[in-house]
Amino acid sequence: MRPFAYERAVSAEDALNRHTDDAQYLGGGTNLVDLMRLGVATPARLVDVARLPYDRIEHRADGGLVIGAAVRNSDLAADLGVRDDHPLLAQAVLAGASGQIRNQATVGGNLLQRTRCPYFQDVTKPCNKREPGTGCPAVHGDNENMAILDPSPHCVATHPSDMAVALTALDARVRVRHSGGEDVVPLARLYRSPGDDPSRDTTLRPGDLITAVEVPGRLDMPARYRKVRERASFAFALVSAAVALDVADGTVRDCRIALGGVAHRPWRAHRAEDALRGRPATEASYRAAAEAELAAAEPLSGNAYKVTLAVNVITAALAGLGEDA
Amino acid sequence: MVSGSAPPVRANIVLTVNGSLRRLTVDTRASLLDALRETLGLTGAKKGCDHGQCGACTVLLDGRRANACLALAVAQDGSDVVTVEGLADGERLSPVQEAFLAHDGYQCGYCTPGQLCSATGVLREAARGWPSAVTADVASEPPLDDAEIRERMSGNLCRCGAYQGIVAAVREAAR
Amino acid sequence: MRIEGRAKVTGEAKYAYEYPAEDVAYAFAVTSDVARGEVLSVRAPELPGLITVLSCMDPPDIAPVSDAELHLFQSRTVSYRGQIIAAVVAETLETAREAGRLLEIEYAPHEMDVELDADHPGLYRPEKVNGGFATELGSGEPADAFAGSPVRVDVTYATPAEYNNPMEPHATLAEWTAPDRLVVHDSNQGSVVVRDTLAQIFGLDPEHVTVVSPHVGGGFGSKGTPRPVPVLAALAARAAGRPVKLAVTRQQMFATVGYRTPTVQRVRLGADPDGRLRAVLHEAVAQTSRIREFAEQAAVATRHMYRTPNLYTGHQVVRLDVPSPSWMRAPGETPGMYVLESAMDELAYAAGLDPIELRVRNEPETDPDTGLPFSSRNLVACLNEGADRFGWAHRDPRPGVRREGRTLVGTGVAAATYPAMTMPAKARVRANEDGTFTVSIAAADIGTGARTVLTVVAAETLKAEPDAVTVRIGSSDLPRAPLAGGSMGTASWGHAVARACEALLAKLGDGLPQEAEADTADELKNRPQYARHAFGAHFAETAVDLDTGEIRVRRLLGVYAAGRILNPQTARSQFLGGMTMGAGMALMERGVLDLEFGDYLNHDLAQYHVPVCADIPDIDAAWIEEADPHLNAMGAKGIGEIGIVGVAAAIGNAVHHATGVRFRELPLTPPAVLPALAAHGLTA
Repeated sequence: MRPFAYERAVSAEDALNRHTDDAQYLGGGTNLVDLMRLGVATPARLVDVARLPYDRIEHRADGGLVIGAAVRNSDLAADLGVRDDHPLLAQAVLAGASGQIRNQATVGGNLLQRTRCPYFQDVTKPCNKREPGTGCPAVHGDNENMAILDPSPHCVATHPSDMAVALTALDARVRVRHSGGEDVVPLARLYRSPGDDPSRDTTLRPGDLITAVEVPGRLDMPARYRKVRERASFAFALVSAAVALDVADGTVRDCRIALGGVAHRPWRAHRAEDALRGRPATEASYRAAAEAELAAAEPLSGNAYKVTLAVNVITAALAGLGEDA
Repeated sequence: MVSGSAPPVRANIVLTVNGSLRRLTVDTRASLLDALRETLGLTGAKKGCDHGQCGACTVLLDGRRANACLALAVAQDGSDVVTVEGLADGERLSPVQEAFLAHDGYQCGYCTPGQLCSATGVLREAARGWPSAVTADVASEPPLDDAEIRERMSGNLCRCGAYQGIVAAVREAAR
Repeated sequence: MRIEGRAKVTGEAKYAYEYPAEDVAYAFAVTSDVARGEVLSVRAPELPGLITVLSCMDPPDIAPVSDAELHLFQSRTVSYRGQIIAAVVAETLETAREAGRLLEIEYAPHEMDVELDADHPGLYRPEKVNGGFATELGSGEPADAFAGSPVRVDVTYATPAEYNNPMEPHATLAEWTAPDRLVVHDSNQGSVVVRDTLAQIFGLDPEHVTVVSPHVGGGFGSKGTPRPVPVLAALAARAAGRPVKLAVTRQQMFATVGYRTPTVQRVRLGADPDGRLRAVLHEAVAQTSRIREFAEQAAVATRHMYRTPNLYTGHQVVRLDVPSPSWMRAPGETPGMYVLESAMDELAYAAGLDPIELRVRNEPETDPDTGLPFSSRNLVACLNEGADRFGWAHRDPRPGVRREGRTLVGTGVAAATYPAMTMPAKARVRANEDGTFTVSIAAADIGTGARTVLTVVAAETLKAEPDAVTVRIGSSDLPRAPLAGGSMGTASWGHAVARACEALLAKLGDGLPQEAEADTADELKNRPQYARHAFGAHFAETAVDLDTGEIRVRRLLGVYAAGRILNPQTARSQFLGGMTMGAGMALMERGVLDLEFGDYLNHDLAQYHVPVCADIPDIDAAWIEEADPHLNAMGAKGIGEIGIVGVAAAIGNAVHHATGVRFRELPLTPPAVLPALAAHGLTA
């Protein structure tokens, strides 16, 4: 690990001022310290933002939330209001990592964690995300757990967060502080497709600081997070789905579908949602909607199974909700 | 290539470790785990992977279970740390320690300190009504049944495969 | 309760890296980035706190040993990606690691060959396979008998590279207390073999080398043979002129400390319509490295399992530019019995027989390999006892018919076996003036409960209370003993301890203190000839999610016949531990070969999955009482390995029973399972 200066910021302004080109913000450290030890991240300065006063969850009357970026993952999942109003979010957070890591990881850090692509994490191998222009061995190498939607010839990595998948389904937005003030950015605009610059996971500029996540009012429809992984716990998703379903008189009035493990970003399945609204609440409809979304899939040599898996997971998760409705 | 000549940056920090105030100087790069093991000589917390993937380094950080390998020591300045060495009350073992002995919840013992600190944290989390990934209704306060224990202890790998004993031990300690 | 239990739950138990040493320095191993080539140059960074660099550019003076993995820095040739080719020593752990990162190494890379293939032109038959067994054995006319059999199964299975991954990474604290005296605290399965190896490499009198290893954080075979770590630590300490600590990282363990070779195995079973075997042919292909031949004896267990007039077993290996495979829990039996016992399940379906009945019908009267009588053999009793406990009697044999919601459920069975070895050992027992006893033997406790069990053995023989017995193990200065491996530790050490205690008993009338020693070499050499093996049966129930291909084990039962069980609690833990590792083998464990770069890609514990607590639900182990007078003083067979043997077959057979789909490649992960389910039209 490269020697680095450590500074603890006392306010957002202070953090912005301390941030330099070779600096990184430190939250819980559960991903950044890991990457520094691997030599993937080599900051010369860490600005610790974990103790900034963004450790609260505000509840609005309509169930809306303002989640401070420094809230620990476990506190988010344990919050009674979150569990009552947004069980989908609590489920997704609890599906991620381990109890220890959830106690340490912050909400802001969870959103900004890097891909677990094995090539990205191994500095002895090329990777366009880590070292732009060096190539992407995953395209022709082991790509069993790589992206199937919206991939780029330059990068086929997936986004690893479970929480971000639920937040994507919930139309969440992030508050971003920067030297010019504050922006509110929908998650759909925070994350980016790899395109020809996979080194950037998000649209944030250097020094931008996420201070909070805003979640709109409660969904008022049953919702569920379903995660498929190679062991029963403590593993990243092969595919995950955050789904919500509003059924009246046997017809789908509304729905939300987001996927994890399939793309460079948490994937909102708008096509599937559009295909499902107004359709009969049957498994055939769910499957047809899922297939409509996955029609755009571009599987690689080793991950065609993910297309089937994503279709099945969406279908099964919606069917489970349909039974409850 | 990064310049190789940058000297280490050192920082003075204060930790409360197993109830005692400890002042120490650390390299900013040092993990809490290495500070405990190499600087303070508290070798109870183990290094199994150094990347938060095994849980052998689990300690109680400000009362909560945490992976000491992922925590930079310098960032914990002012924190309260309890390691496996601090679980017993003098000669009297904690209920979790007693239960691990009674149910043979260990073999080689290397993951054991992490399992014990993790189990201690699990009991606190359960007492506060926290749900888990196997809780059917996350709005409820689930009882700590075997499925809940297994899920909650899944951040602590045991390659000897002592999980059956570990689950039995946590079940007993929860009573 | 284990003797050292309190030390382990309070954190007092010290492992190799944790011993204090004055003025200690830290070493970090640097590994190659190419799979095959030459090191052209090694350039050290300018770094405050960097003490010294070791590499092949300046080969240190050491004597060769048979295992070239230990012959550090003697050649510029790189034999596999991840090979240790340099090391740095620094004032602090952080500086050592950074120096290792900044070390600039230039290579001339060569074309590499890393992929195991059953048709690889480089395949050859080694002189012997691991364990010293014959590479090929045959009786009768197996090929013809197979061709003429009315019921035939001819199947090829593949198993992947698997990693021991003990929780404690291999670690050493090395200290030269004089120019010709070396003391190391080391994580290993046998202090004596490490001591002897270090003495040879450094040209020292073995009496001037002490290896101390009281607590060892698991090994599962990977710490059974000396690995490069203690050699490197001693080299670094010599170069630095200070005590040096070294641990490999978890990532480095995937190349430097051994693993289970991938295998491709073809099994042919020919039988009469009533299931009686006419021919058994088992051919195994495995890989080894360029610098160390390790030939996994995957077909050897097949020589002891079933009665057949025509039997062939054979092995081939190929040298590739890969890390050296080595022992991993029940090497040979684990991959081999996975395939044989899967094929037996296939034969049961082909013959229309219950798989337990098929095995009962093929039970041999004498060892098919040697013709010797078995010292004891209770496979059938294990199968029957397990069937009772598991509720096998009401099993509907039809595959693919038990649907529960969106899953299919099935059950499976497989047999297990492992040799019951007792090796020569020495032990010393002292009767102290205060009425207590001290037992000394260079045994190792890697989590097996050796201290606890040897205390039981000594107390029983001495007719003393266990509290009055202190057992000293874990140091090469103690009486010479074999390592903890091959499931022979307790049998070998316990036998020597019992004999020493018997000798002491004869002296006790002469007043205290008294001391007695035993060396079991002669006695064991002159034992009557028997085929000595433990047997067992594994039962599994699995649920297969039709939407996702996720397979979860619902129930796992092992029933064993392993002689006398000396300590029920620690024995049970060992059995369950083996079964847990077997479940990992079945469902998740796999080293993913990177064909472009030549290493195993998923080299950490987030990517190489081992079972977590949530993967292991209802698991149980039982054993039948087995009195075997032909083994050793205790009548005990080893139990460290049989728990893993056949578990993957039981699970695979259960998955077939659930789905009707026969998977012949491990592990059974969703990426492998889901497409097969879809291909068979199995959907929720």
